[in-house]
Amino acid sequence: MSLPDARTQAAIATNRFGIGARPGEIAEASGDPRGWLLRQVAAGPSPIPGGARLPTSAEAIARADAQARLDEARARARETKAEPTAMAKAPAAPRYDIYTEEVAARGRSALETDRPFPERLVWFWSNHFSVSVDKAAVRAVAGAMEREAIRPHVLGRFEDMLLAVIHHPAMIFYLDNQLSLGPASPRGEASRRGLNENLGREVMELHTVGVSAGYTQADVTTFAKALTGWTVDRREDAGRRFGTFLFSPDMHEPGPKTIMGRTYPQEGEDQAVAVLQDLARHPATARHIAGKLARHFIADRPPEAAVDALAHTFLDTGGDLTAVARRLVALDVAWSESPDKLKSPNEYIVSAMRGLGVETEEAVIMLRSVSMLGQRPFAAPSPAGWPDTAQDWAAPSAVYQRLEWAARVGQQVGPGLRQPGSLVGEMLGGQARPTLADAVDRAASGAQAVALLLASPEFQWR
Amino acid sequence: MPTRRHILGAMAALPLAGLSFPTLSWSAPAGDARFMVLILRGAMDGLAAVPPLADPGLARLRAPLVPGRPGSEGGALDLDGSFALHPALGSLHALYRQGDLAVIHACASPYRERSHFSGQDALENGTATEAGAHDGWLGRALGPGRPVDGDRAVALGETVPLILQGGSGVTSWSPSILPQADTDTLQRIARLYERDPQLSAALSAALEANQVASADGDGKARPGAGPAARFISLMQAAGRFMATPGGPRVAVADLGGWDTHAGQNGKLGRQFDMLGAGIDALRKSLGEAWRSTAVLVVTEFGRTAAVNGTAGTDHGTAGVAFLLGGAVAGGRVIADWPGLAAGQLHEGRDLRPTIDLRAVAKGVLSHHMKITRATLDEVVFPGSGSVSPLPDLVRT
Repeated sequence: MSLPDARTQAAIATNRFGIGARPGEIAEASGDPRGWLLRQVAAGPSPIPGGARLPTSAEAIARADAQARLDEARARARETKAEPTAMAKAPAAPRYDIYTEEVAARGRSALETDRPFPERLVWFWSNHFSVSVDKAAVRAVAGAMEREAIRPHVLGRFEDMLLAVIHHPAMIFYLDNQLSLGPASPRGEASRRGLNENLGREVMELHTVGVSAGYTQADVTTFAKALTGWTVDRREDAGRRFGTFLFSPDMHEPGPKTIMGRTYPQEGEDQAVAVLQDLARHPATARHIAGKLARHFIADRPPEAAVDALAHTFLDTGGDLTAVARRLVALDVAWSESPDKLKSPNEYIVSAMRGLGVETEEAVIMLRSVSMLGQRPFAAPSPAGWPDTAQDWAAPSAVYQRLEWAARVGQQVGPGLRQPGSLVGEMLGGQARPTLADAVDRAASGAQAVALLLASPEFQWR
Repeated sequence: MPTRRHILGAMAALPLAGLSFPTLSWSAPAGDARFMVLILRGAMDGLAAVPPLADPGLARLRAPLVPGRPGSEGGALDLDGSFALHPALGSLHALYRQGDLAVIHACASPYRERSHFSGQDALENGTATEAGAHDGWLGRALGPGRPVDGDRAVALGETVPLILQGGSGVTSWSPSILPQADTDTLQRIARLYERDPQLSAALSAALEANQVASADGDGKARPGAGPAARFISLMQAAGRFMATPGGPRVAVADLGGWDTHAGQNGKLGRQFDMLGAGIDALRKSLGEAWRSTAVLVVTEFGRTAAVNGTAGTDHGTAGVAFLLGGAVAGGRVIADWPGLAAGQLHEGRDLRPTIDLRAVAKGVLSHHMKITRATLDEVVFPGSGSVSPLPDLVRT
């Protein structure tokens, strides 16, 4: 197939592979759009602005636990009307909400990065390994999981990312694994509690081989047993280990386990690690990941050949995600002139803020609209993450709310713009039709010009 | 299987229900029927919603999850002496007593795995597997030449769910907290969409829906409203849409939060409160149209019969569906009870399905929505000829 002209390719590089062109970005990419992306692949995601100030997941868990103890002490003091302890009497300081900080940091990263392709890969993988802050224990550590377990590996090995995620407190809490006891484990035998299959099931169904890989209910149950003991250290004497991953032998179901036809004789933590490594290298995993990547970057129903190509690269390289990203960039079908992907609310709003050049701290506040448009950060409705096809985001009410949002943003930033007309080229390059440039030029006001640009089909599809 | 089916409790409930349901005078003229599907996403625990208190297996398998006896403080709400409703389902209990609620127990879609996502896809696409169809059974039931066309259907929420896909012209509505865009800007946007069929169809559908939804109230949600307030406003809007003369006759909404793997007693209590409040809101906003309405409340599958290790339940098989509304021949529990004894469970762990959910849907679609048997067997639920519509679900 023939590729579109260079100016259109540059716009595709910034808007389809990247997360929305900032002023000057399309010009920068236009010399060599593929090379522009490959240089980002080599460099990896940018460091998060101010990321060093954010707590580690262990610190976040310690803080959240301390806050909970304080709240409890206050509540008890209120109930009993007893003389409150010194702790409960401490003035209620403005609450530091780690989740809010994490969302803002993630927003700054997206708004400021000059490596937008790896940033999009962070979004993709964070959604692949979705957790939700609607579970209270996850709230403090969802952002930390993305920073600690996803971001370092998006261009590394899939297996390393999988192991980092399944060891992470956010995923353990989200899928209840800290509650799961092997029925024949020391604590299991002494307790009425028992096995929880949640983590084992979702790893197989969503994170690795996929639902149609032919595994059975028995495989899920056995894998869940192999994962028993994978928990978070909250022992009083944990010291510096408090809030980190803990393998607890007392909770672990002893004995060898057979999963998808293979027997795992290992003892302890190594057993589930071995299963995860096999799952990561399974051909069905290669196919599952390739299908999701192709759907994200190419089309809601991607061509089989593209999925095959990505799956082969994944399998041949043992899940080397740099090789997979390079293969994706090399696929001509990913550079099709007619865009097939409707932006999700997050993509839509981030790309608008980047394109309009809104100052970062103001834009961080405007990113809160992502929740209003239906995609609250770290709060996908299920472990499957946010959906990734146009029909999931293009219902009439959703389309209409975007227009209302576009109109409001126009009122906020439009009046200050000198030449709204130049935005069309800066944001969409060769992707904009002449009719759009005309409409923006003839807009009744700067506010309306911005509204039309953000509402336009060219800006909604990538 | 239909020959084995019998109806439990119908007789027991009649004396009560009979007082308040003048069957004949309530029959709705054809073409006036309203049908709504409410999808409970995450797998509602049917044995918690409608505990079969008469089955000794219940207490043996899940004692910590079983509510007190009917009549005790905070106890279950008796239905027919055998089955009861969860204590937090008072609104549904009132409907049952006035004959407007039928409970269908031990039922399931033909899907037999335990994945939420595939299970919901199968529930909505009307087949046994997630890949069985690319559109939804309710969407396929609508269209030109059918009693109800696709443009008489509305999805409450940001998206048109799979169940309604395939019915062209389906609209959707959800409350907005944004200021309205001005007319001139909207007209210019509409011109930009002339060459984009998907966005232009969405925009015109949204504009029409806004007119209906804002007939009273401005269609705006309050910022910061929680999930309960949001669900209630969606159900209110559903009622308003279906009560509008010449407006939508089919609606779909959903409610998540049912995946109760741990600590389910508290969580389910709040879920049931929310469900009841939403249904009350729907009934009020339907007004007179309640009489010609049937609402099918379904979930992707049930949960394990036994309590798990974390005071919750895991993914199971058969569960409960509710059919409610003024058009429903209610006041009874419909079940072919499979039992909870060890040998009676599906795969040794789940309530065994004895009623096919498609039979329930087909019963409503054929007798209430007047869709022909051939269409139901071949198009709506492809290859379901052997699954007969459940009879007598609606008052005729």
